[in-house]
Amino acid sequence: MKIALFATCIVDAMYPRTAQATVALLERLGHEVVFPTDQACCGQMHVNSGYFKEARTVVANHVRAFDTDDYDVAVAPSGSCVASVKHQHELVARRCGDAALEERAAVVGARTYELSQLLTDVLGITNAAAQLGSHFPHKVTYHPSCHGMRLLHLEDRQLNLLKSVGGIEMVELPEADQCCGFGGTFSMKNAEVSAAMNEDKAANICGTGAELCSGGDASCLMHIGGGLSRQGSRVGTLHFAEILASTIENPVAVTGEITLAGSKR
Amino acid sequence: MSAREDIMARIASALHDAPETPVVPREYRRSSNMSAEQRLEQLVDRLQDYKANVFVTPAEEASAKLAELLAGSTSIVVPHGLPQDWLSKLTDDAGMPAIEVDSPERRLTVAELDALDAVVTAAATAVSETGTIMLDGSADQGRRIISLVPDRHIVLLRASDIVEVLPEAIARLEATRPQTWISGPSATSDIELERVEGVHGPRTLDVIILT
Amino acid sequence: MSNTFLGMPSLPVFGRGNLNATEPFPQAAHRELANTQLRANLGHATHTIRYKRLKVVAELPDWEQMRDAGSAIKDATMANLPAMLEQFEANFTARGGIIHWARDAQEANEIVTALIQETGETEVVKVKSMATQEIGLNEYLEDQGIAAYETDLAELIVQLDHDKPSHILVPAIHKNRSQVREIFLREMPAVDPNLTDEPARLAEAARKHLRKKFLSAKVAISGANFGLADTGTLTVVESEGNGRMCLTLPETLITVMGIEKLLPSWSDLEVFMQLLPRSSTGERMNPYTSLWTGVTEGDGPQNVHLVMLDNGRTAALADEYGRTALNCIRCSACMNVCPVYERTGGHAYGSTYPGPIGAILSPLMTGIKSEENNSLPYASSLCGACFDACPVKINIPEILVHLRGEDVDSQRAKVKVPSQMDFMMKGAEWAFSSGAKLNLLEKGLPLGKLAAGRDKVIKKLPGIAGGWTQSRDIPAPPSQSFRQWWAKEHKPSTAVVPGNAVPGHAGPGNTAGHGTENSEGEQA
Ligand code: SF4
Repeated sequence: MKIALFATCIVDAMYPRTAQATVALLERLGHEVVFPTDQACCGQMHVNSGYFKEARTVVANHVRAFDTDDYDVAVAPSGSCVASVKHQHELVARRCGDAALEERAAVVGARTYELSQLLTDVLGITNAAAQLGSHFPHKVTYHPSCHGMRLLHLEDRQLNLLKSVGGIEMVELPEADQCCGFGGTFSMKNAEVSAAMNEDKAANICGTGAELCSGGDASCLMHIGGGLSRQGSRVGTLHFAEILASTIENPVAVTGEITLAGSKR
Repeated sequence: MSAREDIMARIASALHDAPETPVVPREYRRSSNMSAEQRLEQLVDRLQDYKANVFVTPAEEASAKLAELLAGSTSIVVPHGLPQDWLSKLTDDAGMPAIEVDSPERRLTVAELDALDAVVTAAATAVSETGTIMLDGSADQGRRIISLVPDRHIVLLRASDIVEVLPEAIARLEATRPQTWISGPSATSDIELERVEGVHGPRTLDVIILT
Repeated sequence: MSNTFLGMPSLPVFGRGNLNATEPFPQAAHRELANTQLRANLGHATHTIRYKRLKVVAELPDWEQMRDAGSAIKDATMANLPAMLEQFEANFTARGGIIHWARDAQEANEIVTALIQETGETEVVKVKSMATQEIGLNEYLEDQGIAAYETDLAELIVQLDHDKPSHILVPAIHKNRSQVREIFLREMPAVDPNLTDEPARLAEAARKHLRKKFLSAKVAISGANFGLADTGTLTVVESEGNGRMCLTLPETLITVMGIEKLLPSWSDLEVFMQLLPRSSTGERMNPYTSLWTGVTEGDGPQNVHLVMLDNGRTAALADEYGRTALNCIRCSACMNVCPVYERTGGHAYGSTYPGPIGAILSPLMTGIKSEENNSLPYASSLCGACFDACPVKINIPEILVHLRGEDVDSQRAKVKVPSQMDFMMKGAEWAFSSGAKLNLLEKGLPLGKLAAGRDKVIKKLPGIAGGWTQSRDIPAPPSQSFRQWWAKEHKPSTAVVPGNAVPGHAGPGNTAGHGTENSEGEQA
């Protein structure tokens, strides 16, 4: 299968390893990965902040980049970006009165999958250790991000993939379904409420005794990780794609103490 | 322009885009597939959950049960249409409470009602799934006030009037009658969202289900 | 039938009264967040109710079907509101009820006052009603020399404490039992000085306190949960029996109801009386529901009035993206599940309507241009928990986003200096308008890495972005972006064999993750 990678802006710029892991997983399964180079961002930051006019430019760019016959399905390692592509793009186009964009956005949206959706529903992965060679001998907890959970209805797809990784010890996160408090520009406009939500999330994560918290959205993980780091916690965050990509021969290493950004040691 | 006309004009203007009227999907359960026994059992369970006292009694023993429950009371009120045979033991036996009858000819005042120990009424219907008893002001249930002011309410419900789901009860009730739907004794969850029974309405609810 | 409107739509007329925040949400939130007692009380209460709601909702096999029906019934009501209102009016009036119409809060207050004055009474009992809270009726009556006694336990607590409600269902949710006890001891005349903080004892104290008032009241004021158009029936849903007292004992009953509270028919109640109790108190059914249609001879109040209130509802109706907010049945499920509400409480929202529904309803009713309320649509992380919980499926996150758009547009329309947010959004629009531009920008990533210095973390950013670094670090960016790595280094074959992990990623000593130092994205 020819799979177009939508890296998402934050992964592209800040967490290239997550995209690299996604590529590695898909290629490991024998699929061809293409990267439409015109891609930039899904535009949800603009939409969610009420900047519809600006969002239209960004949405139009995304649709232009992905509206080709050069691939079978598109995939992104992010629940919220996929939710934006699937649910917001048409809405933005409609609000801006752009019927042509609305139509193409619907087509692109229908072809786009979140990574765990693609792996589970399309590529039939039920056992990461056996089918992907995934191996990650660490104690991990998992936060399901809101948009994946409530807009894409990913249910336990990400968690089940993680559970099937060789050597992993998954521990349940209490109140997992509670929002971490990221919310895009909410984290700046209502920084204090956002921080209060993040504090509770961090406390729940730390209470599990896990070495790190995994999830499917780099932005939420950056927020959670940034908060943990500021508190001087030793617990880090890691995208589930990177855990799946880790193998016995080529482990994603978490050796000894995890050196966290911000904690000087 | 009157306020009414003004508001109507505002509404008409607000709906200038003529939004569609959707067809209402009614895929929810509108009738029961439970047996009468199951409904009875469910109602008992739900009422007890609300801390009501429930007694399942053969219809012919209604009067005896009532007399048993009211032993020790001094005075009660009943609506004028309450079946006489339910009261036979109360009227015949010694040491039973005085019975005040509330009727269109003689309506008890608030003060009179407040001095009584209990009220005995029938019920129009009941929903087992939610544990709800419906009163509709029929002659055997009386005015709303009589089942409100006394601190104890004894309801006699015919088991044949129990339905399972709310839509079945709605179909049996007449909208324009003054109604009270009762699910347990009065209660509140206003303090820390914890339910406690017994506030302004009757603090004791006894339900005699007649089979 | 649905629409007799022919001309151009006129400008919406907004609502007044207790619908406005008095300060921007973040500012109010700052204060409330500092109140640790409040946070503990709210955390406890919202967690209790969430669990109860989930349990009783899970009991019903057809909950989702009921939500679908509820949502469609309300949509149908709104689409045909003029006809619904006319039908309701005809039926209610035919049975002896009297209907009054109020354009706004002031007019409603005047009507109610005049009706009370006609009876010659100076005291009234009240059963909890959001509409009268919204129009500030109690304060208005007090100015006219009329004392209004709240009879709902939580309202009583709030009134005795000279406080404001913070929740639409449990207005005293921000108080715990020992605080309630303290309020009763302080404010309740003739209260037992040995009162404990057991909820049952507190409820008993309220019973004693109000009993005489109920038994002697001549006038009562209520709200209504539903009005049924095809029969003219009104409904009040309650728990304590204070509602029954108010609706049954007095001679005069004055009900204030928003025009959106109608349902087309009696049988629609079968849907809403299942949705409401389970969503609000998490019970299968609330203890008491009262239904009345105009006047019943010899049973209940003989003077029955209804004030039909607009106060900005028609303005909300005029917003085609926002009008479903009027479908709200005030169950409070959305605020009980809201992570923002859970931490700030209801007072932070200013308006009578707090939480997610308040964040959309208040600005819809007052207009987003009202300075105070334009911060409300931002008071959400858009997590979507409210939408999931809402029994009538109001897509609150979508309306929040819509209102943010309205706010941004209304700010644009003003001649003003662009805000930092405007600059940020403009900049991001440019960067995200093509892959090439984003690539250009990403070439600057090493600069960020440099800025992060040896800590490999950014701890303070200027301006609004500083909101982020108040409580969170930002990891140092990688030295090259994914797309640069892809262009320069990606070779498809390298990763095909199972076991061949992420390129550029292996080896001991590497740190894991986000919020930690990022790997370089370079091939090992
Ligand atoms: S918006 Fe929905 S969940 Fe919130 S109070 Fe209204 S009906 Fe309930």
